[in-house]
Amino acid sequence: MREITIPISDDDIRSLKVGEPVLLSGIMVTGRDAAHKWMMETFIKKTREPQGEDLAVYDELKKLLNGAVIYHCGPVVSGLDTKNYKFVAAGPTTSIREEPYQAAVMKHFNVKGVIGKGGMGAKTLQGCAETPGVYFHAIGGAASYIAQQVVRVLGVYKLDFGVPEAMWVIEVKDFPVVVTMDSHGGSQHVVVDDNSRKALDELLAQPY
Amino acid sequence: MRDLTNEILELIRRTSSSLPPDVEKKLRESVERETPGSAARGALETILKNVELSRAQSTPICQDTGTPIFYVHYPEGWSTRKLKEQIRAAMVEATKKSYMRPNAVDSIYDKNSGNNLGGEDFPSVHFEEVDADEPLVIELMLKGGGCENVGAQYSLPDNRLGAGRDLAGVRKVVLDAVQKAQGQGCAPGVLGVSIGGDRGSAYIKSKEVLFSEMGTRNTDPKLAELEERLTHEANTLGIGPMGFGGQTTVLDTKITGMHRLPASYFVSVSYMCWAYRRRKMTVTGVDVVYE
Ligand code: SF4
Repeated sequence: MREITIPISDDDIRSLKVGEPVLLSGIMVTGRDAAHKWMMETFIKKTREPQGEDLAVYDELKKLLNGAVIYHCGPVVSGLDTKNYKFVAAGPTTSIREEPYQAAVMKHFNVKGVIGKGGMGAKTLQGCAETPGVYFHAIGGAASYIAQQVVRVLGVYKLDFGVPEAMWVIEVKDFPVVVTMDSHGGSQHVVVDDNSRKALDELLAQPY
Repeated sequence: MRDLTNEILELIRRTSSSLPPDVEKKLRESVERETPGSAARGALETILKNVELSRAQSTPICQDTGTPIFYVHYPEGWSTRKLKEQIRAAMVEATKKSYMRPNAVDSIYDKNSGNNLGGEDFPSVHFEEVDADEPLVIELMLKGGGCENVGAQYSLPDNRLGAGRDLAGVRKVVLDAVQKAQGQGCAPGVLGVSIGGDRGSAYIKSKEVLFSEMGTRNTDPKLAELEERLTHEANTLGIGPMGFGGQTTVLDTKITGMHRLPASYFVSVSYMCWAYRRRKMTVTGVDVVYE
């Protein structure tokens, strides 16, 4: 299986095609609903004033996300009292909820890959072509298995969003994913949706 | 009255970390149907590795430990208020032990309570009284959020789908729900379907049917036939595990009928992801048995 190391080069991104299984290694950042909304409003659209540590966190995120990967994940984390954090369960969450934000976040921070489940829409596909970047589909629910591939938790930002919504900086080794949206406009999700719709129409036309 | 907080904590641990045997068996059968080397087969294989790992380590099968839904069948004379307190105390402890992720978010202020308690409704607890000489039975289901989001309720007739107020119409809307869900509910899933009721009671019923064992059929032959037909037809849609394409989209279908008002005809579909976590404990005297 192909192995890719983060940060990912544009050449590597362009060489990835829909359907390809990949093992990812390197440093990535988790982020889901609250994080995307916060990045969008505070730093991209600037409709919300930065508060507290926001600007300091922004500087760190700019470095961390450059050429890297965002993982749509709300983990179960142990060691919250001691800050000796360990990922206990860390499967992907549904990505489509970040559709309003994802392309803008990819472009703003030069994010090369988005990991999640369920795929994303036309806006993100466009974002993948322009950044360029890809969407990696992880195995939904495979939380213990993926947590085992998280070798280290390097830190956490925006813990005030709650444990699942916070932005965790993690180092992974051999994280299994499948490319389901590439930087050439290809989307496995569009293909499966179209084919299943045709199959449904045929079923609906049959008598009971 | 006996304090069962620790026993309920054990029920939560088992539910969150150990997939029921009937579900695991179905998943193992499904692997064989997918082409070797395909993304669909790879997904199912990873799922099974994950099931083994989480059981061995007592870690959550999925990080979304879901909405905790308890059904308590309590013998006459037990205090439901105390049972509820014990369930809530066990929930807090289970969160500390990372069997559960903090999963209760205040919708108005966007704050996570941090301990899986949220108002009166989280966790969700249903009580049903049984005779005083019957055992106490507590059932727990952890219902994931991603799959909950792809659940659907149809008010028949549905003109877009040409679905009328009969089982033919039910079939159409359920297949439509599966197609719309794609892989988003962590397919392969299990369908809980209620026909009738009102919007609220119907959705509750569509989850209650998911407590029964996989592969058991409704005693009404008409519904039993529709259950099997829907599972079979859903699997011809080609959505497959995770929506990667493939043969396994739905593992099983459970249907139940309810009375309705003459004016309404709801079909409510609860989609349960492959991480179909449900467990049961039975308390007879001092004995506690977990299934
Ligand atoms: S839908 Fe189920 S398996 Fe998927 S992330 Fe949610 S709880 Fe986990």
